[in-house]
Amino acid sequence: MALQNLIEHIQLVLISFVFTGIVGLILGIVGYNFKKVRGIILMIVDVLQTIPVLALLGIIMIFFGPTFTTVVIGIVLYSLLPVVRNTIVGLEQIDPAIIEAATGMGMGKFQRLVKVEFPLAFPVIFTGLKIAVVTSIGIGVFGAVVGGGGLGSTINTAIRIQDGSVLFQATLALVIMSLVFDFVMTLVERRLDYNRK
Amino acid sequence: MIEFKHVKKAYQDNVVIEDLSLTINDGEFICIIGPSGCGKTTTLKMINRLNKINDGEILIDGENINNIEVNKLRQGIGYVIQQIGLFPNMTVAQNISVVPNLLKWGKEKIERRVKELLKLINMPYDEYAHKYPRELSGGQQQRIGVLRALAANPPIILMDEPFGALDPITRDILQDELKSIHKQLKKTIVFVTHDMDEAVKMADRIIFMESGNILQFATPEELLNKPASPIIKEFLGKISYSHNANDLTCADVMRTKVFTVNRKRKTLECINMMNQRDIGSVIVVDDDDKFMGIVTIETIKEKGVPGALIEEILDRDVKTVLINHNAKDAFDEFYDSKLDYLTVLNRNKTVAGIITKTSMAKALASLVWGENNDS
Repeated sequence: MALQNLIEHIQLVLISFVFTGIVGLILGIVGYNFKKVRGIILMIVDVLQTIPVLALLGIIMIFFGPTFTTVVIGIVLYSLLPVVRNTIVGLEQIDPAIIEAATGMGMGKFQRLVKVEFPLAFPVIFTGLKIAVVTSIGIGVFGAVVGGGGLGSTINTAIRIQDGSVLFQATLALVIMSLVFDFVMTLVERRLDYNRK
Repeated sequence: MIEFKHVKKAYQDNVVIEDLSLTINDGEFICIIGPSGCGKTTTLKMINRLNKINDGEILIDGENINNIEVNKLRQGIGYVIQQIGLFPNMTVAQNISVVPNLLKWGKEKIERRVKELLKLINMPYDEYAHKYPRELSGGQQQRIGVLRALAANPPIILMDEPFGALDPITRDILQDELKSIHKQLKKTIVFVTHDMDEAVKMADRIIFMESGNILQFATPEELLNKPASPIIKEFLGKISYSHNANDLTCADVMRTKVFTVNRKRKTLECINMMNQRDIGSVIVVDDDDKFMGIVTIETIKEKGVPGALIEEILDRDVKTVLINHNAKDAFDEFYDSKLDYLTVLNRNKTVAGIITKTSMAKALASLVWGENNDS
């Protein structure tokens, strides 16, 4: 029972991570290339983070019911900010001389993005992804309230029946999960940093 | 052939180039020079459309560049910038292959080309092809920058102060290399600089610009002998030396491009280096770049044992002069000494340059020429 919740929680985190990555990158790249919408994008992802998690999940539940999907959408919306912001920052900080060289050599915008800009910005973007993952582990706990399952359910039940040992185990599982994700991704992050510049 | 026909460029209301017409022939080495803000870089960047022109037209081999798809146009024109702009995420070989890749050359053809190009500047393929730009010195990076521009064999190369950020010695070497590349490959090179020495050394013809106008478009000799305007004269003044012969110091008559070796070098290495550069002796410095002495190829042949360090056999008892020493006194000492050259030191004992017969003659010639020019 508890193990199943743990697996469910990891699923929540991983599936949300994929969507956060895709949506966040797209928004970040759009924001980088079109200065006019950049402010709007950043404002939206910023505001999303100020909404209390429970309220946000509640609103999404109106549309998707008490399901796994609701929780995933909630986590994605909530963890977009670091990905979008780091994508824009990472792309912005590239030496203008490199961009000029790429343009002057006849790279189109898309080629420049794929071959030069994205690889150079990737270490910063990856840091954003790491923050998003670790955040999403915590947010996933609220998923139980809207029927998403995961370790939140375990904790909920444990509180209700006042089972301290289960409560402790579930909390410990969450902490370890965060630490492991953080540790592994930090290792990758360091390698990226070492490889560039 | 590159032709500008009544080209105009303005940023909003600010007209930087009013009406520019000029023709550059195939295979020419053209330097554009002038005071900062004269429009030289603006002009250069019009040719690959990094700057859009507001009026007039630019033709390459008779075709209006606006009728060519912009990326196609740029892929057919080499481009080198002062900040070098190598891609840090790519190796040397990958950097050089960028344009060939855009042009969809085959893998083997690209590799062959990379090898061929690295050979051109004596950087062994096996040693350098897989290094990243951050592992190279500034001079090496810009060499790769030049190769990257040459990679797809474009007939035209644009260079925007390519050697401006390099130290004087490296700059001098790269200038020589570029000159020899130009001789071998017969590219049309348009080269922006603010350094008259560089322009005179490199160019077949020099365009002197001021406030968006061409003041003179002539060969270096013509420009030096018959400057068309007082502004050019003033600009040239900066390269002639001090006008009073008695005020000359060693700094005025020495050449700064000196080859030094560290004391820990092996004798055999030194012989190789001397052979490569065709010189008969080297200046040996310690780990702080301070002057220690001189070793001639004869000494090495006499006393050198395989594997010995250069510091063991160097001649420490050689005449040197300080950089602010009067040039005439140095000249006398130099002549009496029967040395090939006289080493000039900075106050902290590092090597500032050497006085050779050539460097002396050059300095004196420019002094004489400068006086002629004033009268």
